[in-house]
Amino acid sequence: MIKVAHLTKRYGEITAVDDISFDIRKGELFGFLGPNGAGKTSTINMIIGLSRPSAGTITVDGIDVASRTKKAQAIMGIVPDESNLYNELDGFENLCFCASLYGMRKKEREEKAHYLLEQFRLEKAGKRPFKAYSKGMRRKLTIAAALIHSPKVLFLDEPTTGIDVESSRHIREMIVELKKNGTTIFLTTHYIEEAERICDRIAFICEGRIVASGTVPQLMDRVTHGHAIQFVTDKTSTSYIGDLQTRFEGSVVTTRSGNSLVMRSDRRIPLYPVMEFFHGNGIEVYEARELHPSLEDVFVELTGIESTVLRKEKEKGGFS
Amino acid sequence: MKSLIAFWNILKKDVKTYYLKPPNISWGIIFPLSWTLMQLIRSPDGSILTLLPGLIAMSVLFGTTSMLAVTITFERSSRSFDRLLLAPISLNTLVLAKISGTILFGIFNAFVPVVFASFFIDLSAVTWTTVLLAVLMIAITSALTGLMIAVSAKQVFEAQTFSNFFRFPMLFLCGLFIPISSLPLVLRPLSFCLPLTYGTDLLRGAITGVRAFTPVISFGMLLVFSVALFLISRCKIDRKWIL
Repeated sequence: MIKVAHLTKRYGEITAVDDISFDIRKGELFGFLGPNGAGKTSTINMIIGLSRPSAGTITVDGIDVASRTKKAQAIMGIVPDESNLYNELDGFENLCFCASLYGMRKKEREEKAHYLLEQFRLEKAGKRPFKAYSKGMRRKLTIAAALIHSPKVLFLDEPTTGIDVESSRHIREMIVELKKNGTTIFLTTHYIEEAERICDRIAFICEGRIVASGTVPQLMDRVTHGHAIQFVTDKTSTSYIGDLQTRFEGSVVTTRSGNSLVMRSDRRIPLYPVMEFFHGNGIEVYEARELHPSLEDVFVELTGIESTVLRKEKEKGGFS
Repeated sequence: MKSLIAFWNILKKDVKTYYLKPPNISWGIIFPLSWTLMQLIRSPDGSILTLLPGLIAMSVLFGTTSMLAVTITFERSSRSFDRLLLAPISLNTLVLAKISGTILFGIFNAFVPVVFASFFIDLSAVTWTTVLLAVLMIAITSALTGLMIAVSAKQVFEAQTFSNFFRFPMLFLCGLFIPISSLPLVLRPLSFCLPLTYGTDLLRGAITGVRAFTPVISFGMLLVFSVALFLISRCKIDRKWIL
């Protein structure tokens, strides 16, 4: 459905997107993840025709975006990272106005607007001005506006950022439902877990280049994670971590929080000798569990971005 | 047909959300009214007729340039303008739809001094068809000037500053209140490069019968300015907003 080949975008001396290529299949939910300034927005803007590539080609449903931009835009629905509907218009009017931009007739656009307001549980707020909407409601209406002309491809930029849990869950359900109905979805999110949960395939972009792409299991396979066990004890782990490291050569022991530590090894870690060590040192073990790498771990390993940086960006809502 | 639906709805939305707002309606009435009143107090002997073309032209100029520049800059900063750029409508349709609301607002502004003046002076000798045509052409060129300002501005206050940068010199250079023949020789060529000069002359001819150019020349020049400004604006939008 979307074919991107050797796409490059330069702003003067700066290369924002550096020769990237990827395909998105029809009906696929494709996640696009990367830190701030990775080239994510530049890529999206080129695909949707809001920016011109310095090199490379983009086709959407066989339509060349560069030469037939308006034809390509007619089959796209775009949800920007900020809800950009009109504050002065109410929810219903906003949807009808967006429909009119796609040439839909009055009766058709009113019917579709009512249907979408109902689908997004906004029917009671339909006559309220957009400026009076909560953040979650604004987000939902912005997604509804992108769906008004039944697009074949939907671009979702941070659809659940900064909104309440209930709205986030509802939006995620709607995304999955849309995918089931055959809509191709291009999603960027700063919630890696969200992408892990709902995306068919994911691409990581860093410094303008795609560093990895594939299904979640394929991405997981790319990291050399070995084996890891987390222990939670009754004593501060820093008091015995050195002894533990010495006792189990070849393992890497790190502190997670005060009373928690993680033991990593290339081989399977035998549990009994470790428990014996704890027992012999008078340490009570409350919890021991095997750790599996998360998509976040994969991202950290592949991009080289420290997990602390990642956390800070997530806290600011700036990671996408 | 699809373009027509989009055009009509963009125009309708702009009129509803911007031009029919009480502050803009009051501005559209108070501004021309106060200028007319001021001139009437200054010239109670009936010379208001000679000032009327300038008052009409100025009302259109001030109403249109700032309105379009501010509304577009506002929509750009809130990113709602991206919605229009991403819609499957041509840039020509988009530009025409955006300037149409402003043109209507400009025409409304133009007739405030006319209505007010009609209570005090006899307007039976006025050629109304020419007045309407002149007002329309001034509104079109001023709206397109506003659009060019909008393309250059990033913030609303920048748009307002740029608008004044264009408008105030025009007040003195276009023969609105000072005849071009009274201007210093070095400034006169500049007057002939401004569309408002021809619009004011058309109005003056239609209202007082005195004109510097034939209506055909004035109308022709306004037409040339309209087409040129439209093409430049369209080209600038294409270059600056679709990066």
